Amino acid sequence: MTPPQRSAELVASGLRVEFTTRAGRVAKALDGADLVVRAGEVVALVGESGSGKTTLARSLVGLTKPAAGEVTWDGKPMNRSARGLKSLRRQVQLVLQDPSGALNPRQTVYESVAEGLRVHKLVARSGKTEDELVAAALSSAGLRPPEGLFLRYPHELSGGQRQRVLIAGALAVQPQLLIADEPVSSLDASIRGEILALLLRLREELGLGVLVVTHDLGLAWNIADRIAVMYLGRVVESGPTEEVLTSPQHPYTQALLSVVPEMERLEPIVLRGEIPDPTRIPRGCRFHPRCPALASGEADEVADACRRTSLPILPSDPDGHRCACHLVASRARADAADEVSA
Amino acid sequence: MSTATLLAIRDLHVSYATGEGPLPAVRGVDLTVERGQIVGVAGESGCGKSTLASTVLRLQPPSATVSGEVLFDGHDVMTMRWGELRAVRWAGASIVFQGALHSLNPVHRIGAQIAEPLLVHDPSLGRRSIDERIEALLDQVGLDPARARSYPHQLSGGQKQRVMIAMALACDPELVVADEPTTALDVMVQAQVLGVLSGLVRERGVGMMMISHDLSVLAELCDRITVMYAGRVVEEGPAGKVFSAPIHPYSGALSAAFPRVGDPAARFSPAGLPGDPPDPRNLSAGCSFAPRCPRAAEICLPAEPVLTTHLDDRMAACVRIGQPDPLREPTEVAG
Amino acid sequence: MTAEVTAPRLSPRQLARRRRVASWKRGWTRFRAHRSGMVGLAVLVVFIAIALAAPLLADSSGLDVTQADGPILHAPTAGYPLGTDENGRSVLTLLIWGSRISLLVGLMATLISMVIGTLIGLVSGFFPGWVGRIFFRLTEWFLVIPYLPLAIALATVLGRSLVNIIIVIGVTSWPGTALLIRSQTLSIRERAYVERAEAIGAGRWHQMGRHVLPNVMPMIFANTTLTVAGAILAETTLSFLGLGDPTRTSWGTMLDSAFEVGAITTGCWWYIVPPGVCVVLVVLAFTLIGNALEEVLNPRLRGR
Repeated sequence: MTPPQRSAELVASGLRVEFTTRAGRVAKALDGADLVVRAGEVVALVGESGSGKTTLARSLVGLTKPAAGEVTWDGKPMNRSARGLKSLRRQVQLVLQDPSGALNPRQTVYESVAEGLRVHKLVARSGKTEDELVAAALSSAGLRPPEGLFLRYPHELSGGQRQRVLIAGALAVQPQLLIADEPVSSLDASIRGEILALLLRLREELGLGVLVVTHDLGLAWNIADRIAVMYLGRVVESGPTEEVLTSPQHPYTQALLSVVPEMERLEPIVLRGEIPDPTRIPRGCRFHPRCPALASGEADEVADACRRTSLPILPSDPDGHRCACHLVASRARADAADEVSA
Repeated sequence: MSTATLLAIRDLHVSYATGEGPLPAVRGVDLTVERGQIVGVAGESGCGKSTLASTVLRLQPPSATVSGEVLFDGHDVMTMRWGELRAVRWAGASIVFQGALHSLNPVHRIGAQIAEPLLVHDPSLGRRSIDERIEALLDQVGLDPARARSYPHQLSGGQKQRVMIAMALACDPELVVADEPTTALDVMVQAQVLGVLSGLVRERGVGMMMISHDLSVLAELCDRITVMYAGRVVEEGPAGKVFSAPIHPYSGALSAAFPRVGDPAARFSPAGLPGDPPDPRNLSAGCSFAPRCPRAAEICLPAEPVLTTHLDDRMAACVRIGQPDPLREPTEVAG
Repeated sequence: MTAEVTAPRLSPRQLARRRRVASWKRGWTRFRAHRSGMVGLAVLVVFIAIALAAPLLADSSGLDVTQADGPILHAPTAGYPLGTDENGRSVLTLLIWGSRISLLVGLMATLISMVIGTLIGLVSGFFPGWVGRIFFRLTEWFLVIPYLPLAIALATVLGRSLVNIIIVIGVTSWPGTALLIRSQTLSIRERAYVERAEAIGAGRWHQMGRHVLPNVMPMIFANTTLTVAGAILAETTLSFLGLGDPTRTSWGTMLDSAFEVGAITTGCWWYIVPPGVCVVLVVLAFTLIGNALEEVLNPRLRGR
């Protein structure tokens, strides 16, 4: 398998996804998110449940229809026709959460992996036989010897094997980008490392881009080049993993990092309450009701803005460290002003 | 018999009778929990930790064969008479079950479900004293007392977990067994729940046995950690040490599965074990961990290693501790 | 890998077929463990054998009224083991030949019902939006139509023939199947593997045909056997009410004739009891088989 020729980019701009709850209110699962993922890099999309990270991932492959905003792949906007989506999905593959449910219990491993090949009619083009391609995909996913697994059914496999079969199914169509939704959260701890190492190898050997959706900051630290932190439907901080996780700027990121178990570096900031209802997003900065900086008085100088002025959508800067926070912005302005005057 | 020792499990063996023969879930485990102490039990699927937890209240399934002792406050739970056992259940020791999301009855209000153990133990309790108790319990776990009127589907995952804790505290137990209490919870909610649990121990002197596969969570909360693999204890010691400087290769693997954010060595070097957690029916002869162990050698094969004391106050079951690593071929260095 | 291959290397599809055969065998073993199912199967096999072997067991001329020469409504004798009807024909001959019609109508009507019901159930369950809603309304509409008045009306309009009976039963029994299939489809549609197929790039028909349908099949299978039982009973009822084909004998028409000649009041039990018992036995057989099948095919129902 040859690495992609160009560096292809998947770009989300201003995506909004809404759905109506049974009570008739509008829940904003995604409230304006920008993101860019390039082939050859691993991006971690981090957030708690209700942050919109899974919704964003699904919108990127067209499984969820956005109410506003755009997804661009390789410079072209997403074509929502059946053919357009099919062509997109050949190049951007989504590996679903929960390996035990994502495989049809009545299909053998062979059929599950071959499905993509058949749907996109890739066998004729490749010059190889179907079972050669299936074996190659299973091998790439670390399942060797692949023929031994051809006829197994999902219930005969372990959790780790199922996850690898799912990844093999995605690799079979030779995508340029892989989106993995919580790839290891349902797996036993001791085998997580193997799956994560596989994702890294795919980046190294095949030049794939990988977007990993997870709630685990340790995972992001382990394998991600860049990280985007989401809260209540928006990206609140993004940048290179090392920078964001060693010197987080947004109070939410700081709090999240501080409560990771055995995080000795930081004093734990346990936020009160829970993520608010997506039907009732707070005015101003959506984090302000729980913001420890606001509560402690540290953000007094921008308190008004925090409570009343909503922040613009954080632009997707592929290289820089960005943060959507009034306090951080005001401090940055003050620093810049100091530099000018000095 | 020291009254400080709340729970003493001695040489416990539990085996399930299945259609395909006996399934050994627990194969000789010793464990103690003192009052006011939090003991963590770390392990993955199939290691026997949930079976261990169920034996504390003699809740193992009828098809299970049990040998050994489970001494709660000096009395063996396995041989207690029914009346004594009922008194222990919930009022002496209680369990916070795994998967709170499915343990609550969806058609009853939260308050009614918390009241249930209260009424079972003392049917004469009046409405008012029950309501007061429910209010106090919800307050203790950080929930708004008005939540007593809600149904489970109206609560979030973290709130449901806290309701389960409140239920476990209903009859003022001396020992609480928490089975994977924070798995499936977000990091922030996990922190809140762990705060509640540690508060319990600090303020009420409750003893706690906490089960999890997340060694970092256990290290954060517990005083001591016992690591289980394939039904046996493979390492035991002070929590921080077991996490940061494990002796047994399996504990090492578990610890490495939760990389420290900020540790440069953990960048782009995910570490995992090959293979899968063992099937209790198909254990290899000799050390059950040998098939996956990075340090396995010939000496590991004949017999199952015995738990022995290494260093001060730490135990491990591995014959390769202290031995030099086998010569490695100069293959590519992992990276 | 240097594996010595002693058997010819089979393609994965051939191996997959072998696995499917093996799983059928497993299913059969599990079915065999159900005593009630096996009893039902045995009874059914007997009746099917009788129906198929009818020409060997009883001469078809025995059905011809003009050739009947037995005593009228006579109790069983050596020559007429189940007695005679009002035309002098042997009741046993009628019974044997009647099994053909009853079983045939039952099976054909079920076929129609299952095909229509499955298609509509799948479509109404799988396609969201107005397409699914229209088909669902259609199902509900047909469901509430009372079967008997409709049958009478249709039979009056279309005339009394075998085909019409089959149509009537098929048309009135498909909604039950459709509802069942629809609810099963709705739940399977939400499964992660269907979504995965979508994420891989598969279109709706592929998802329906490759993922939903195979997982709905077990339910269809079990439901079919129960539907046949209902269809046979329906045919008997319609024939008994006089809507059956007058030129063909079925158990239902036998009961109709028996009733008309006052067999009950005159105590001609040999005319009434045998067809009634046969209907009951066949219906029971199908029901027992259907229940056993449901347990075999639905792992959740298996006894713990």
